[in-house]
Amino acid sequence: MLSLRGVTKTYRVGSFGGRELTAVDDVSFDVAAGEVVSLIGESGSGKTTIGRLVLRLATAGGGRVTFDGTDVATLRGRRLKEYYRTTQGVFQDPFSSYNPIFRADRVFAMIRTEFFAGVSGSDWSSRIDTALAAVRLDPGQVLDKYPYQLSGGQLQRLLIARALLLDIRLLVADEIISMLDASTRIDVLNLLGDLKRRGLGILFITHDLSLGNYISDRTVILRRGAVVEMGATDRVFGNPLHPYTTALVSSVPRLHKKWAAVEAELRPSDRCVYHETHPRPGEQPALAEVEPDHFVACAGRC
Amino acid sequence: MSLKVTDLAVHYRTTRGEVQALGGVTFAVADGEIMGLAGESGCGKTTLGKSLIRMDGRMRHVAGTVELDGKELPVHDSARMNPFRFKEVSVIPQYAMSALNPTRRIGRMTKELVESRGIRFETVRPELRRRIELVGLSADVLDRYPIELSGGMKQRMVMVLSTLLNPSLLIADEVTSALDVSTQRAVAETLVGFRDRLFVRSMIVITHDVSLVYQIADSILVMYAGKLAEKAPTDTIVDAPLHPYTRLLISSLPEVGVRFERQRLAGIPGSPPSLLDPPTGCRFRDRCPLAFDRCAEEPPFVDVERDHFVACWKAS
Repeated sequence: MLSLRGVTKTYRVGSFGGRELTAVDDVSFDVAAGEVVSLIGESGSGKTTIGRLVLRLATAGGGRVTFDGTDVATLRGRRLKEYYRTTQGVFQDPFSSYNPIFRADRVFAMIRTEFFAGVSGSDWSSRIDTALAAVRLDPGQVLDKYPYQLSGGQLQRLLIARALLLDIRLLVADEIISMLDASTRIDVLNLLGDLKRRGLGILFITHDLSLGNYISDRTVILRRGAVVEMGATDRVFGNPLHPYTTALVSSVPRLHKKWAAVEAELRPSDRCVYHETHPRPGEQPALAEVEPDHFVACAGRC
Repeated sequence: MSLKVTDLAVHYRTTRGEVQALGGVTFAVADGEIMGLAGESGCGKTTLGKSLIRMDGRMRHVAGTVELDGKELPVHDSARMNPFRFKEVSVIPQYAMSALNPTRRIGRMTKELVESRGIRFETVRPELRRRIELVGLSADVLDRYPIELSGGMKQRMVMVLSTLLNPSLLIADEVTSALDVSTQRAVAETLVGFRDRLFVRSMIVITHDVSLVYQIADSILVMYAGKLAEKAPTDTIVDAPLHPYTRLLISSLPEVGVRFERQRLAGIPGSPPSLLDPPTGCRFRDRCPLAFDRCAEEPPFVDVERDHFVACWKAS
């Protein structure tokens, strides 16, 4: 469904734009319908930039972002609007996603005027009820309220409901859990899981490995804009092959297991699995497929 | 007994009335103990930390006493607290990265800070340099401006500053929340190192992340809606919690290895009560699966076994 091939994005930085910063460097992966793909990386890894490229909030400097075969960078006017019927984003801070001087459900009204002008009032309110039921919100508790009267979890779910009104097929969820409390974040994660079962493709951007591990089918680990390891989630976390992934997995604070114990299990090795798989110079893919659906990049010491 | 807090209650003044953010808490932190203070946002954990060092203008001390190393801390009197701050009680604030003055080189800022407390900078300078190197920075940072340092470097610099005078109690408020996972681990382990080297005697580490304090703390205190729920040694809290809130909180945390497809975790239905007009009795009652008639009466925070305190009628 969504496909990124060799996507690169550079920003001009410095006081006169004199230097270039490569935020995303030759990134390729896919998101299929009914699949959650986690994009995991530390700050500055380019994960948010990739989300912005998918949502056409920025355009790639090189490579292609395609949705059902159409390059999203070429979309203009009406076709771009059609794209937003299928692809929507939800971002980190729910409080700054709303205009505080209007009621929170104004986001639904704006969807109606933009996309569903012909729909009758009663039909529209039943659609809102369906969308709110899908995110498990009680309409009486959230409609006609101002953003400050609602909790972060409720606001975040309202934004997901807003996206669902459009019959979307792809959701870009950029750190949507980070600002929520422990007792509510698992509900939002489970909600993403339920939407996935209904066939929605989700690009789940996070810095939190345990959240990504819980919800995603496939995982992409980014470092300084480039993919270092990707594949099926249980293979990437169960058998991390790149030293950077190993370091990340051993630094996540866990329950029931102390850091020292994890480190003893995952002793970082000096192996470069990439070059063990591709010993000969010559034609070199960026990532080596070590086992089915498990790709790793060069460890960088070769 | 290093820190002893007895029946401490602190309210916030707002235009809509008093928010009872801290509703009478009693606990102790032993010498050499790192206590994790965990809970959701709005549970009063930051209020508790601030009450022990500096109450801001909206906070009102309602009742209770705080005793540190046998001396009473005048927490209600900001002026009389001054001799204790930095020397006896110190804090690493939330967002410590923005705690450094951006217009001063770090060395000059430190000098002004130390001298404002009546201590000659020259007497602490060698120890300052030693500790900066101990946390993995170079002593050159003293000649740099805060903007030249990364978030993790600033965090470690503030940690060195806060503990420079070897305080008896250190309050670390969400010190790792804004950091990347690998930096987070380094900063957390530095805290343990400070305790082991006796730079601080005991420590309260405030966080919303139970798995982080599980890694570094000796004991964990769980708060809910301005009250204490449970305090026990770290392993007991994580492996054998007694309070229903602690149990639900621990079981809602996704761990590495737990997958949605195989094991669906459950959150805690409902939300915490408003502290403007908190309900009587147990404050977790409305969300608690075990609630019964007696919960209309407030459960005391009592020990059920050595070092294990719980506020729940079903547990005690």
